[in-house]
Amino acid sequence: MKNIRNFCIIAHIDHGKSTLADRLLELTKTVIGKDLQAQVLDNMDLERERGITIKSHAIQMDYNYNGEKYTLNLIDTPGHVDFSYEVSRSIAACEGALLVVDASQGIQAQTISNLYMAIEHDLEIIPILNKIDLPGAMPEEVEDQIIDLLGCKREEIIRASGKTGDGVDLILKAIVERIKPPVGDPDAPLQCLIFDSVFNSFRGIIAYFKVVNGTMKSGDLVKFAATGKEYLADEIGILRLDMEPRKSISAGNVGYIISGIKTSREVKVGDTITHVQRPCEKAIAGFEEVKPMVFAGVYPIETEDFENLRASIEKLQLNDASLTFQPESSLALGFGFRCGFLGMLHMEIIQERLDREFNMDVITTVPNVQYRVYTKKGDIVEVHNPSGLPDQTLIDKIEEPYIRASVITSTDYIGSIMTLCLGKRGELVKQDYISGNRVELIYNMPLAEIVFDFYDRLKSISKGYASFDYHPEGMRESKLVKLDVLLNGEPVDALSTLTHIDNAYGLGKHMCEKLKELIPRQQFDIAIQAAIGAKVISRETIKAVRKDVTAKCYGGDISRKRKLLEKQKQGKKRMKQIGSVEVPQKAFLEVLKLD
Amino acid sequence: MSALYIHIPYCASRCAYCAFYSSTFEGNRKDYIEALCREMDLRKEYLKGESVRTIYLGGGTPSQLTIGELEAILNHACSVFDCSSVEELTVEVNPDDVTDEYVQGLRSLSVNRISIGIQSFHDDELKTINRRHSAAQAIEAVACIKRNGITNVSIDLMYGLPGQTLDLWRDNLQQTIQLEVPHVSAYSLTYEEGTRLTRLVSGGELKPVDEDTCADMFSLLREQLSAAGYVQYEISNFAKPGMESKHNSSYWNETLYIGLGASAHSFNRDSRQWNISNTRVYIEKVLSGANDFFEVEHLDLDTRYNDYVMTTLRTRKGMDRAHLKSAFGETLYSYCMENAKSFLSNGLLEIEADTLRLTEKGIFVSDGIMSELMKV
Ligand SMILES: Nc1nc2c(ncn2[C@@H]2O[C@H](COP(=O)(O)OP(=O)(O)OP(=O)(O)O)[C@@H](O)[C@H]2O)c(=O)[nH]1
Ligand code: SF4
Ligand SMILES: [Mg+2]
Repeated sequence: MKNIRNFCIIAHIDHGKSTLADRLLELTKTVIGKDLQAQVLDNMDLERERGITIKSHAIQMDYNYNGEKYTLNLIDTPGHVDFSYEVSRSIAACEGALLVVDASQGIQAQTISNLYMAIEHDLEIIPILNKIDLPGAMPEEVEDQIIDLLGCKREEIIRASGKTGDGVDLILKAIVERIKPPVGDPDAPLQCLIFDSVFNSFRGIIAYFKVVNGTMKSGDLVKFAATGKEYLADEIGILRLDMEPRKSISAGNVGYIISGIKTSREVKVGDTITHVQRPCEKAIAGFEEVKPMVFAGVYPIETEDFENLRASIEKLQLNDASLTFQPESSLALGFGFRCGFLGMLHMEIIQERLDREFNMDVITTVPNVQYRVYTKKGDIVEVHNPSGLPDQTLIDKIEEPYIRASVITSTDYIGSIMTLCLGKRGELVKQDYISGNRVELIYNMPLAEIVFDFYDRLKSISKGYASFDYHPEGMRESKLVKLDVLLNGEPVDALSTLTHIDNAYGLGKHMCEKLKELIPRQQFDIAIQAAIGAKVISRETIKAVRKDVTAKCYGGDISRKRKLLEKQKQGKKRMKQIGSVEVPQKAFLEVLKLD
Repeated sequence: MSALYIHIPYCASRCAYCAFYSSTFEGNRKDYIEALCREMDLRKEYLKGESVRTIYLGGGTPSQLTIGELEAILNHACSVFDCSSVEELTVEVNPDDVTDEYVQGLRSLSVNRISIGIQSFHDDELKTINRRHSAAQAIEAVACIKRNGITNVSIDLMYGLPGQTLDLWRDNLQQTIQLEVPHVSAYSLTYEEGTRLTRLVSGGELKPVDEDTCADMFSLLREQLSAAGYVQYEISNFAKPGMESKHNSSYWNETLYIGLGASAHSFNRDSRQWNISNTRVYIEKVLSGANDFFEVEHLDLDTRYNDYVMTTLRTRKGMDRAHLKSAFGETLYSYCMENAKSFLSNGLLEIEADTLRLTEKGIFVSDGIMSELMKV
């Protein structure tokens, strides 16, 4: 066990975690030859296409150092704030962390929040100054920032480049020298922490765990503490690029178990696995359950696809326990589901996975946060959906979720960022200078205000030099109203939103203008109205198409024009008919985005 | 009865809106003509022995060829296909190619119809779209054609040109009417991918005409030409009574047609096919005896139905419902009528006797209507 090292790679988004992991895998010959593609651990199509990590990925490496063989368990983690719970789980399975900082960007919001998580779990931190090959790298300046943040010595920081491979050998050495081997007794009663689970269509549910104490052998009868269910460990093994079966896995090491688990509900990430015969005395303290932050309706384009959609969402949930759903219905869209997501990126990803993995074309409605309504009769109602709001006359008060947001930026942009946050009902809690001209602003803000365009606007007003992170910070009373949208006089429930009264006029106007852009002109005029109750607060008109006659059929080329018209009709199939108006599916979501 | 189309892919320069293939490099003209003749030999069975009623030489710019070259092509065509009862032989010409001698030459080849690409009677508009002739040249060309004995003349016009106003367009129409030709084709400018005009517009150097103005121009076109005695027998085609293009009508009458030459399209009722559009590759393949110089699209029932909807609704005659039912079956018939319902009720389509056709109002938004009736 003294030759095992468990560590994760943590950083702000895009600071080069997965690329650095590539180099580690290459240098230890864990992945060779044609398997070695860029960000090899990002194995989901979507991760590869978008160039971001969505899920943590664990892999084991062998490393020879000073004549001894070491087993290194690496976990690459995502950087995006929506997936920070993935980081917290990975951290629980490790004794050390590589804190990667992009030498051209410096300390950013997720650098700090991920670092704090690691420190809370007593992880040994190895600071890495990455991307030193970049012409814009500012090694001294960023090292100063790291020293200020960690209180470490300059020599402890390793300068590296995931691109050129510089410094990667030093990182491997530091992992062995600085990170403590796991503690634990291989002969004690079995105690394993489940830190992740995945669904594989051939093998079923596979749980990843770290053995804290004891030894698990293939064929053992094991029990999952939280569910109390017992299983035969059909196959256990270690994680390489593929799974490699092993006869046993002992304290300190990381592995997987396949045991005929049918539903994702049976595997709780954070649960403890132990032996049925000789159980451990107490379970390991698990994780807080991940709670969805935003909710949106997900509807099939074709009403008859409702059951298919249910089956698809259930399958996705096998791989992604953070996704929640319950059936709901809408006058405009028929039957669908209210889904809970970790954030907007998560929502976008689920929508895209439904499309590409299940061929389910869906409409996602305007997302909202979860409100808590206190009725005059003294009931408390959790509302995820504007149409679930009780009648105004029955409401005593409404509370909305708040977050504590941290924005890190250079002093140049403080003014405009403060204006933005103020406009988002933010209250400045404090302002800390990190080093040089970098400052961290802490705000309390309603979660609802950051759901839509906060992040994009922050990026654009700071020209990319601001990063942002947040944590839930309780509920607060708020003055909310329901804003409705009407198309040719018909209210479209799927476009209703709950909003703070001060924002209602601006939002209503914006939605009308945006819908005017998003809804294609049709053969009649379309009136778009935004209303609070019976009061119309904004109005736009989409004029009817007057002429759409296009080119001739050159020299008998009928096919080309036919194909154009067929495509036009195909496009219409992707629209939702609301009354007589055809609304493109993207309108439901994009209506709240700013340009 | 069948139709024959021959494509001449040569132009002296490229017009700014043109997405057609047309090479300004003439070096391989001789080879091209030889390839055309070879293609005729290879495909002599395509018309299934049906006699040819119309021949159309289009382009590109057929008038870039000499009379001798045209003669060689036509002679060969008549030796391969049954051209004994050709009623209409059209050649497309460019105004700057027209001379007394040339028109005489065309007459000697039995050409009895000339389609002339004028597009506009304003020199600055012509310059914007990079045409290689002036308005005066165009007017003189029409006079020249007529005085040399070819009276069946068609003029091509374009509207919605960048910078064009409704008044300028009105003037174009007036000048057209004064020329007293029996046939006018008028197209609204479309911005095709990869053309110079599209680049200029996306680069902000030119401003496209807005949709409302374009619609007004289309109204004006219909008004003025109908007042002058023309009938809009197809969305973009206007003719004095009896002077409709016979060749055009084969495209919507399910007539067999063969298209020869680079990028030419053919139709034999079961399939459509089109030749490679690259002239050089076309020549190479045909002359080397390769049989892969074209692509074929087999037409299933739905596709034939879509073609039928699209081509017939563009015509004034409209769609024959009895034929729809007998040729495409009960299911597609009811599909069509079901989808037509809303247009019938809001006055965009109408049924008269047993034909379904666009109303005056419907003509303006015909693409949307045709698309809606299609089966996909
Ligand atoms: N020049 C240079 N570019 C790098 C280096 N490391 C990573 N990159 C580039 O930075 C981008 C992000 O790299 P990733 O490895 O995907 O970053 P990540 O931290 O894993 O990103 P997330 O998982 O989405 O948070 C990619 O375009 C990499 O090619 C480096 O050392 N030098
Ligand atoms: S003459 Fe016709 S084919 Fe030639 S470039 Fe002009 S528009 Fe295109
Ligand atoms: Mg990554």
